[in-house]
Amino acid sequence: MAIWIEEDAKVLVQGITGKQGMFHAGKMVEYGTNLVGGVTPGKGGQEVLGVPVFDSMVEAISQTDADATVIYVPPPFAGEAIMEAANAFETIKGEGVIVCITEGIPTLDMVKAAAYVANRENVRLIGPNCPGIITPGETGGAKLGIMPGHIHAKGRIGIVSKSGTLTYEAVAQTMSIDEGQSTCIGIGGDPVNGTGFIECLAAFEADSQTEAIVMIGEIGGNAEQEAAEWAKENCSKPIVGFVAGATAPPGKRMGHAGAIISGGKGTAEEKFAAFEAAGIACARDPSELGQVLLASLKKAGLR
Amino acid sequence: MNIHEYQGKALLKSAGVPVLEGVHCTSVNEALEAYDTLGSKVVAVKSQIHAGGRGKGTMYNPDTREEVMQGGVKIAFSREEVENYASNILGNLLVTIQTGDEGKIVNNLYIESGCAIAHEYYLALLVDRESKDVLIMASTEGGMDIEDVAHNTPEKIHKINVDPNSGLLGFQKRDLGMALGLSGNALKSFFKMLGKMYDMFVAQDCAMVEINPLVKTEDDEMIALDSKISFDENAEFRHKEWNDLRDLSEEEEVEIRAKETGLSYVKLDGNIGCLVNGAGLAMATMDVIKLYGGEPANFLDVGGGADEEQVKTAFSIILEDPNVKGILVNIFGGIMRCDIIARGVIGATESLGLDVPLVVRLAGTNVDEGKAILAASDLNIHPADDLADGAQKIVSLIGGGE
Repeated sequence: MAIWIEEDAKVLVQGITGKQGMFHAGKMVEYGTNLVGGVTPGKGGQEVLGVPVFDSMVEAISQTDADATVIYVPPPFAGEAIMEAANAFETIKGEGVIVCITEGIPTLDMVKAAAYVANRENVRLIGPNCPGIITPGETGGAKLGIMPGHIHAKGRIGIVSKSGTLTYEAVAQTMSIDEGQSTCIGIGGDPVNGTGFIECLAAFEADSQTEAIVMIGEIGGNAEQEAAEWAKENCSKPIVGFVAGATAPPGKRMGHAGAIISGGKGTAEEKFAAFEAAGIACARDPSELGQVLLASLKKAGLR
Repeated sequence: MNIHEYQGKALLKSAGVPVLEGVHCTSVNEALEAYDTLGSKVVAVKSQIHAGGRGKGTMYNPDTREEVMQGGVKIAFSREEVENYASNILGNLLVTIQTGDEGKIVNNLYIESGCAIAHEYYLALLVDRESKDVLIMASTEGGMDIEDVAHNTPEKIHKINVDPNSGLLGFQKRDLGMALGLSGNALKSFFKMLGKMYDMFVAQDCAMVEINPLVKTEDDEMIALDSKISFDENAEFRHKEWNDLRDLSEEEEVEIRAKETGLSYVKLDGNIGCLVNGAGLAMATMDVIKLYGGEPANFLDVGGGADEEQVKTAFSIILEDPNVKGILVNIFGGIMRCDIIARGVIGATESLGLDVPLVVRLAGTNVDEGKAILAASDLNIHPADDLADGAQKIVSLIGGGE
């Protein structure tokens, strides 16, 4: 078992006829993802990468029984694409996973979309502005996003992160101590997003394949602090953490829309302190994540 | 993106939120004309810069750094005072708690009518990351630093969250007004004003609207006496009008240029330039440089799909900073291929004539090709195995650290 996305999950791509959508859908198929169709309004009836293109999500899910969708739609239309997917999954299957890769969605569009998804109990949104989610298999697996598939291997470490390339760094660190991953999730760097750290930690805690967790945060907001507090009470599996942005100046947006220290709140120091208070083993240098994880695994009798 | 008070007031006014009459000026003569036109005995002469704390700031002569006047916002009781204050402000440097020591040259002035104030309140609308909706925050402690109020007397801050499905509801406006102790005409005035302000917040894709102070006049009317408005830059594509509101003198020129080429750059005070793909990894790279005794000169995210040309632009932006004594390139190739980065690095160093040490760490997609390309060149490039190795190498190459 992995979390949310099984190795053979049936996957749609919204925006599959666009440049980004087509490129990444191709990479997903190369990795072994079970791509069953794509959606671009007005382009229904075409075929891309050997799968049918549909005009709407309702049509696509009805025809393919898809479990999940990945959105590569440009920012002006991405909020609505999320809501269309949420409505279609809810109506047709009663559940589904939406992964939104798009960066630059207006915050108020996300406020609306996040509320729309939250009203549909068994529909999950991951992202936006994230690398996506990947569940590596023995051969291939399910890659729903833009991460480089080949750096992953199936294993027992769950990874959750706000950042893209820093997640790849964390993956490489687990590989450096001969550990693979159960599922890796990028929750995204926007101020308003779908799935948060706590939901990921809870799912990893409940997942039999996952035996330890790597959590990567960054400056801005207090999601990391809340997650640490939650983990202290509810998580039995070892957690290793890192927070990016210890040297970021206050009041400056560091690339991600959500990565900003405002009113002296949301600093890396604050987050590291919350991690440490919750018993999360911290690395101050991401190149040490592997060794810190190894020590935590040994301490827990897992190595 | 931030805008000036006078621009914010114009937006508020067109949204139907009561503000006082005011005129935007850029010269002492215009300020005097504004005073004559407004016909108010008492006017406020207000420096227009994006930073807060203007009232408690200090005006300096930009050349001699001699103090000119205490306060960047003054109340004038006569034409002579307007002339005096306007000439003390325009063209001079305003240093406030938020500008840092370097301050800001004031080129814009706002002359605003006075009013009889009965009480000052605080009001702000912003996006709440935790509850994922719009938060409206109000307090009876207007005119003060709201962070101090939140810290010392949190019970004096009242909050309502707006459900995006239902919008701002009548009872919420009433509850908030009553929590501020308003009644009668003042409560009615608050109710009406808050509705208009929320509508404007949504229509204009604001990130924050802060009114400090919001005042109750002696006639029981609620008026926005100050305005601090910022927009959500992600929504820029549907607000072409923002172009006219942008004051480029308030932004770092090099940061704007970087953004135009798809790079995300923030200048810092150190001497090690960084070129990284991904915002999280770029922050982590700065952190690790510091961890090994160095100081990062910048944050720079080249993005997920940078090409050779962007890498070159990134190098030239880093090298514009005279403090840069060395550069660390840290790339974890995903979509971006390491061989492309390697070619970009070589192209940039050849055409820009790099004379500071350069450490390059490559990982991920096509890493072996990338490393081979760097190794085959006769340029002085130091390869690194991982982030820690890269940071240690660049710190020791510039002779810093422990």
